Amino acid sequence: METLMARVSALAAVAMLAVAPSAQAQSKQLTLCWAAWDPANALVELSKDFTAKTGTQMKFEFVPWTSFADRFLNELNSKGKLCDLLIGDSQWIGGAAENGHYVKLNEFFDKNGIKMSDFMPARVLGYSEWPKNSPNYWALPAMGDAVGWTYRKDWFARPEIKAEFKKKYKRDLAPPKTYAELKEIAQFFQNRTIDGKKVYGAYIYTERGSEGITMGVTNVLYDWGFEYEDPKKPYHMKGFVNSPDAVKGLEFYKSLYDCCTAPGMTNAYMSEGLDAFKSGQVAMQMNFFAFWPGLYKEVGADKIGFFTNPAGPKGRFSQLGGQGISVVSYSPNRDAALEYIKWFAQPDVQKKWWALGGYSCHKAVLNDPGFPKSTPFAQDFLVSMGIVKDFWAEPSYAQLLLAMQKRVHDYVVAGKGTAKEALDSLVTDWEKVFKDDGKM
Amino acid sequence: MRDNSAPLSFVDRAAKAAPEAVARRVRGLSDRAIAWLFISPTVLLLLAINIFPLAWTIRLSFTNYRANRPNARLLAVGIANYVSVLTDPDVWAAMQVTAHFLFWTILIQTLIGFGLAWLVDRRFRGHGFWTTVILIPMMLSPAVVGNFWTFLYQPQIGLWNYSLEFLTGVPASSFSMIGSVKLAPWAIIIVDTWMWTPYAMLICLAGLRSIPDYIYEAAEVDRASKWRQFWTITVPMALPFIMLAVLFRGIENFKMFDMVNLLTNGGPGSTTEVASITLKREAFEKWRTGYSSAFAIILFVTVFGLANIYVRALNRVKSR
Repeated sequence: METLMARVSALAAVAMLAVAPSAQAQSKQLTLCWAAWDPANALVELSKDFTAKTGTQMKFEFVPWTSFADRFLNELNSKGKLCDLLIGDSQWIGGAAENGHYVKLNEFFDKNGIKMSDFMPARVLGYSEWPKNSPNYWALPAMGDAVGWTYRKDWFARPEIKAEFKKKYKRDLAPPKTYAELKEIAQFFQNRTIDGKKVYGAYIYTERGSEGITMGVTNVLYDWGFEYEDPKKPYHMKGFVNSPDAVKGLEFYKSLYDCCTAPGMTNAYMSEGLDAFKSGQVAMQMNFFAFWPGLYKEVGADKIGFFTNPAGPKGRFSQLGGQGISVVSYSPNRDAALEYIKWFAQPDVQKKWWALGGYSCHKAVLNDPGFPKSTPFAQDFLVSMGIVKDFWAEPSYAQLLLAMQKRVHDYVVAGKGTAKEALDSLVTDWEKVFKDDGKM
Repeated sequence: MRDNSAPLSFVDRAAKAAPEAVARRVRGLSDRAIAWLFISPTVLLLLAINIFPLAWTIRLSFTNYRANRPNARLLAVGIANYVSVLTDPDVWAAMQVTAHFLFWTILIQTLIGFGLAWLVDRRFRGHGFWTTVILIPMMLSPAVVGNFWTFLYQPQIGLWNYSLEFLTGVPASSFSMIGSVKLAPWAIIIVDTWMWTPYAMLICLAGLRSIPDYIYEAAEVDRASKWRQFWTITVPMALPFIMLAVLFRGIENFKMFDMVNLLTNGGPGSTTEVASITLKREAFEKWRTGYSSAFAIILFVTVFGLANIYVRALNRVKSR
């Protein structure tokens, strides 16, 4: 009987050993959460290499931009285990760090030889650091991005249009260098008939619900001298947010909206801009660089051109987009998630990331002599990433953002009050938020 | 000795139907206990999904709690959240938008609904078919209706603008129903009316059909004109039903969210930001949980109070 028992036990042990590796392999799965857009498809392709190398299956949760923040901030706040890895917006970093949603990566970086100096400093500051300008890293820069512009190269090249423009404005029709030029071009194209179809001057962000109009307005306001706070006195905003220059900048944005956008563009963000451009509705489009690879393929090299943000009276800046990749602290697969970060940080992987349509932040990619000519928009991307500014990344960023959404949409789209009143009210709103947070 | 002719009590009947072991236990319980046994799952469910959240919301409304900062120290703030809500100009602006939306939707839907019910009640040829056709919008999901009308209202491709251009000559792309400050409040009223007038019609139709024919016959004998019959018989006798339609639509539209969210998202600016959209922004975008709990309680008390006053008025009308 004992022999029988021993044999059965041995068989059971062998069976368990045989089954164990496959069970382990099956359980090795990571869920990566991000927005549903073109670069996410590139990341799916790229991640196949990670699966091939490690055997870890990758699952993806992509959510449209308009509900991206709602969906994943809810997930983090409820300490959900859905996402092992999250490519969260740059502005989330403060809240995610202070509320313990992200794993702090310093120790992991040190142990695995990942140096933040290998990444472009503006991206490290924007996507990884909290508090800002301190060596505390909560994300690896994953997707560099900024606001830029596309234009209809084929329309700009038409002899009759060029001649008419030159006659009217005494200069050649070319991608604008300043916002004054941009507005003139937009006015020139507004309500023009091209190929039997009425077209419009420019597409700019006006979306109310999430972050759209704020991204568009700040993108322009920076060039007029808008500052979030006194550089010498943190959280002191009077005279900076609502400075006379910032007021003029906001007035300019409204004038551009009034004169030169297509009818009905009162609540439009990234996808509406892409649709408007692809359908040949607008001459110029404000949008994020992340869309350029897909748009370039779809619209065709002969029709699409790119340019960086034009300069304003006080300089030339661009609104930062893009995100870092973080490990969610509630993930039960923390080690595997960190393994993914380690793999993603490798220069070869970063090069392939760029080749597939993602925007790498790694110096090995961006400092490559061939990079500026690698795509028609690579040079513009490099320039833009050197002039970026970002919205607040404070833990209360959502309140700060929604206050700005309301104030600027009320003024720009609904036409309520003046630009000064809108920015004065914004200062009041922001001061209240910081007072509630005990920072003022 | 048991009197077999006497009717069995509920417990006895239950015991008789149950297996012997269960029956012995059931016989030990009173009717009241058995009744509690049956309703307790429902009561527990109601407590869990209605009463507990309400009590929890009331509790949170007196704190500084923020759902996105679970680690922050929870402080009792007294009635500060209520004071903040009631002194917030944005809240009052949202209440004004809600009142405008409520007033016009109720007025228009009740008038058109009653008119349609009166027509359908004529029992003309094919009235059953037309009643079904009229009811279709009500059967659609508000999400579908919101998206569908967003396309209809598009200035460049929308059927609404093209229809108006055809009828009035005003160029289709020269105005935007959901993008204009003046038109957007009416855009949401039109959609709500399109969707929910059939509901008002159904209730009014029930009222009209409840009026006995002999009253009209008596009026005919008295040689009362149709006009007089309408104002002295039809309207007063259907009034409790009309008031019921007003009550239901009022409560529904006071908490209107989905359709407005899809159509305008509260915009342009805050032109169509009804109270429920403000509440959602405060609660789930700004994460001011304590403040939004106070706001929710204020809205609840407002609806509850107004509905109570209205129901009393309704009862007075019914008892006449």
